Amino acid sequence: MKITRRLLLATAVASGLAMGGAAQAQDNIRIALVVKALGIGFFEAAAKGAEEAAAELGNVELIYTGPTDTTAEGQIEVINSLIAQRVDAIAISANDPDALVPALKKAQQRGIKVISWDSGVAPEGRAVHLNPSSNPLIGNMIIKLAADHLPDGGQVAVLSATSTSTNQNTWIEEMNKVMSDYPGIEVVSTVYGDDLADKSYREAEGLMATHPDLAAIIAPTSVGIVAAAQAVTDAGKVGQVNVTGLGLPSEMAGHIESGASKSFAIWNPIDLGYSAVMLAHDLVDGAEAGPGATLSMGRMGELTLDDNSEGAMADPFIYDASNIDDFKDIF
Amino acid sequence: MNTQARVIPHRANGRLRRIFGSWEALLVVIAIAIFFINTQASPYFLDPWNLSDATFNFTEKAMIAFAMALLIVSGEIDLSVASIIALASTAMGFALQLGAGTPVLVLVGLGTGLLCGAFNGLLVARLGLPSIVVTIGTLSLFRGIAYIVLGDQAYSGYPTSFAYFGQGYVWWVITFEMVLFVATAVVFYVLLHRTGFGRAVYGIGNNPTAALFSGIRVPRVKFLLFLMTGVMSGVAAICLTSRLGSTRPSIGFGWELEIVTMVVLGGINILGGSGTIPGVVLAAIIMGLVTFGFGLLNVPGIVMSIFIGLLLISVIALPRVFGSFAGLHRKR
Repeated sequence: MKITRRLLLATAVASGLAMGGAAQAQDNIRIALVVKALGIGFFEAAAKGAEEAAAELGNVELIYTGPTDTTAEGQIEVINSLIAQRVDAIAISANDPDALVPALKKAQQRGIKVISWDSGVAPEGRAVHLNPSSNPLIGNMIIKLAADHLPDGGQVAVLSATSTSTNQNTWIEEMNKVMSDYPGIEVVSTVYGDDLADKSYREAEGLMATHPDLAAIIAPTSVGIVAAAQAVTDAGKVGQVNVTGLGLPSEMAGHIESGASKSFAIWNPIDLGYSAVMLAHDLVDGAEAGPGATLSMGRMGELTLDDNSEGAMADPFIYDASNIDDFKDIF
Repeated sequence: MNTQARVIPHRANGRLRRIFGSWEALLVVIAIAIFFINTQASPYFLDPWNLSDATFNFTEKAMIAFAMALLIVSGEIDLSVASIIALASTAMGFALQLGAGTPVLVLVGLGTGLLCGAFNGLLVARLGLPSIVVTIGTLSLFRGIAYIVLGDQAYSGYPTSFAYFGQGYVWWVITFEMVLFVATAVVFYVLLHRTGFGRAVYGIGNNPTAALFSGIRVPRVKFLLFLMTGVMSGVAAICLTSRLGSTRPSIGFGWELEIVTMVVLGGINILGGSGTIPGVVLAAIIMGLVTFGFGLLNVPGIVMSIFIGLLLISVIALPRVFGSFAGLHRKR
């Protein structure tokens, strides 16, 4: 009787614990993709890309993991268990750039290669940080998106966030640097919607009223681009004024369908997860990270590191009618 | 008045009790079982350094759980503990910006915990407000202040000597936090089980009116218990801040529920009046082992929460189920 009960109890506990594979193949390279929290569409998409990379490389065992909520403490517990498993590499999108440093330093001391992607970790906590894109690439992309649909040139206007938004100002500055590559395209005005839906909407209306020949509105902000597309739709100028810039597929799907926006751009989470695993694999293979170094990202090309050992993956990814349905449910 | 409600047995009754001896013995069996399963499930489990790293999963929470255990035995509860961590950590970060060194930072952390505990204690013990309502309020209040001060910013750049509390090793794999965990366990064990103060806590939890009439200064004892819980939250804040090396207002978010779970799993009656510190120590170790074991198998965190929930419900339900079987037996 006594033994039976103890056994029962032990079995009950065991059934909870024994899930998941016990023995892992030791000759594979084990790369952990750690995300801010499980169950977020953007990161599930990144995991899809990571799996693609693992399949392409062949000898990689991918561990996709993360805490249940977006806390640094949760990620530290995950990191500690990965250190304990002696994984070969950790690729992390950090919930906190500073708080993870002690844990990731420990991982590096024990021979684990650490890179951050998407949201970075302070340099002492990782070997490489992978940015989805870079300011010059984004600046070029937003004007290219408009120019691609204006073969004969035309007037375009910029609807930005606030006049003090560092990101947007940098991108517009970078855009102005490459204007000579797009002859015939003229930026007639730059207005600020303050990242408020109603103000952005009114500013877009104002642009169309003052510039009757306006052919495109470039909104390098996810709030502005949706508001501008709505304003164009409401003014009955779909097909006449093309709205483009940076937006989220889930919010822009309707406007792509209606034609108010022919295309827009944002980072592609699948490519990001893919590149992160490729970079981690390259480091495990013996590649050296450091300022000026070049690392391989498989089909995404090569990553050149700057003075902070950071690099930009690629141009922002273009979303249009051909692929919006694949992404609108993801993020 | 509500003595009728206190029928949930805190110890295994009847036959089960004879088998396992006590709640603590049951927890020991569970802990050994989980330890054994972990050694079988993962080849990485039985490594001194890995086990040492794993203790961080529970040491800070357990330090608060000891103080919380006394509070719950007395029939009160403090749900603001995780928010006290956030506020104490923010206060330390603020002091750091003003150029404070490690000793001052420690004092600021402990002092903030003490003040928060005193605030809770005054509202509950002096004004007679229900502690669950008061501390739900201060749960929002304390963390709210941290958010106002910090917003989306962070304090970092703590001195190297400060890192010892959360990252330092006393000897080989024995961390400073482990030593602190054992020391606080001993202190609270002596306090609850070997002093008149501890007997007063049990007395209040079983029957506050009777305790009052037998000469126990009930409000004073309760005030002191809130003070202790506040200070222990300050201690945990120092350890956690030191371990993270930075402060954000979201620090320790959601810990209050894990701490209460630890206390209840440890056999402390949630309605007050019974339970022991060794039980809480065992519960802390069990939760640490489960978290680490699941982590090694890369089981998603949500499955861990489900398991802890089931474990909690079953350990509460088991004595009752077996108790009623035993009761039927006697009737026949």
